[in-house]
Amino acid sequence: MPPIQIAAAGDAALLVSVPQVIDVQLNAWCVAFGEEITQRYGAAVRDAVVGYASVTVYFDPLLVDPAWLERELYDVAAAIPVVALRSGPIVDVPVLYGGEMGPDIEDVARFGGCGAADVIAWHTAVTYRVYLVGFVPGFAYLATVDPRIAAPRRATPRVAVPSGSVAIAGGQTGIYPDVTPGGWNIIGRTPLVPFDPARPTPCAFMPGDQVRFRSVDATEFAAAWSERVR
Amino acid sequence: MLIVHRPGMLTTVQDLGRWGSQRFGIPVAGPMDAFAHRYANALVANDDSAAALEITLIGPELEADEPAVCAVTGARFAVTVNENAVPLDTAFDVPRGGRVRFGARAAGARATLAVRGGFDVPVSYGSRATSLVSRIGPFGGRSLRAGDVLPVGAAPARHIVPPPNAGMPLPDRGARLRVLEGPHAAMFERSSLELLYAERFLVTPQSNRMGYRLDGPRLMHAGSSDILSDATPIGSLQVPPSGHPILLMADRQTTGGYPKIATVISADLPLAGQLAPGDWIEFAAVSRAEALTALKRQQRQLQLEPWP
Repeated sequence: MPPIQIAAAGDAALLVSVPQVIDVQLNAWCVAFGEEITQRYGAAVRDAVVGYASVTVYFDPLLVDPAWLERELYDVAAAIPVVALRSGPIVDVPVLYGGEMGPDIEDVARFGGCGAADVIAWHTAVTYRVYLVGFVPGFAYLATVDPRIAAPRRATPRVAVPSGSVAIAGGQTGIYPDVTPGGWNIIGRTPLVPFDPARPTPCAFMPGDQVRFRSVDATEFAAAWSERVR
Repeated sequence: MLIVHRPGMLTTVQDLGRWGSQRFGIPVAGPMDAFAHRYANALVANDDSAAALEITLIGPELEADEPAVCAVTGARFAVTVNENAVPLDTAFDVPRGGRVRFGARAAGARATLAVRGGFDVPVSYGSRATSLVSRIGPFGGRSLRAGDVLPVGAAPARHIVPPPNAGMPLPDRGARLRVLEGPHAAMFERSSLELLYAERFLVTPQSNRMGYRLDGPRLMHAGSSDILSDATPIGSLQVPPSGHPILLMADRQTTGGYPKIATVISADLPLAGQLAPGDWIEFAAVSRAEALTALKRQQRQLQLEPWP
């Protein structure tokens, strides 16, 4: 197991932290630890939420003694080795890059001292890992973006980012599942639906999954977009 | 069923929250004042997790199309049934065709209206709570509108017992909230931690069910103002680069990237949920043991079984 720290996050949650870096192995351990907690404790644990380098364990303080739970979490952690990477299927994400769909692609290109075509080439060249799902339902935090195009968050967030927008913020990339405010650089749009409550598994991505972006033309995008449900 | 004639300012269906789905990014939601929610359900002999209405600042007008038994707790509204005043914190009858109207509000920001049998709206991800931000829950996850119809479930077998006289924790233009320090207190300057406990903060108009943006002394990060995104429990006091803290409330998102200097204890969240823009907050640090003692005391006030 990696070195862990457990801290109170209020009186109804414990924050289990591994060293605070974006690291595939450490995150894979967090995913395995979160799954083990969910399976082992059932309803005694209300939620186990994986972060980049943490798992937050929620409990009811009237039913669960935090000192007992903390000891349990250390024991469970000790039994989970630094896991072999889970190599789930690679989720293919078609993207129409640039133009109206990706209004910030030129800004990202300026950041990289390159052209929009390079942004597309470098964004599609990487197989990303889903580190966590959060913010809004189905929003997957993917890393790691090629440092040449890892443009920082925009100074002024947009009030409404369109659903399906593909965006970059530093080393992270992600897809906005629904219209929300957002400060990431929008480089394209996908017809893929990251979150659909009607599906048995509502999220298209979960922590540990792999993602590959693929550039498509306007015709292919339009055909897929017309069949989009949410 | 109850028919909504006027929805009020912001009226939503809530239960005790959508637990168990945060790993999908689905927020917990649930009541801003869980004590008022559970108390109202207790008064009509429901399970405390039954769905009830959360009513914000300006209340609704509702019509019962069949006889119903209701109770209102939380903020001190003047409530009438067919123009006759009914008491708060007590079960009351609404006859067929009866109109429940919310009038002037004397204290608190949010009331709970429970109906015997609970509101039998559809369950999504194990809960009837409305998450306004993620648009999950009954009525497509939105607040109620005129013309909405609220089905009422079957009455529970238990009889209504006299009210336990729990007494509502309500703010008087402000509230002192107890916190556990952390989990990221070490990322702040020592002087900022002292300011946190020494100074008053004001709830700004940029506040809602997601969280309260607070005005007051700026809390300075000792180094970076970013963390690697992690989970955001209710009551977290997260501090963005501006130094002005945000108190995360019922409709908070599941994860966030700002350090959390302290977290309001469970026993004081109901009081926090009754604050309105313009109210002040003072923070006081307590221990885990004190937090639990306070929660148990509140539990005994309700004379209820522990939370499910």
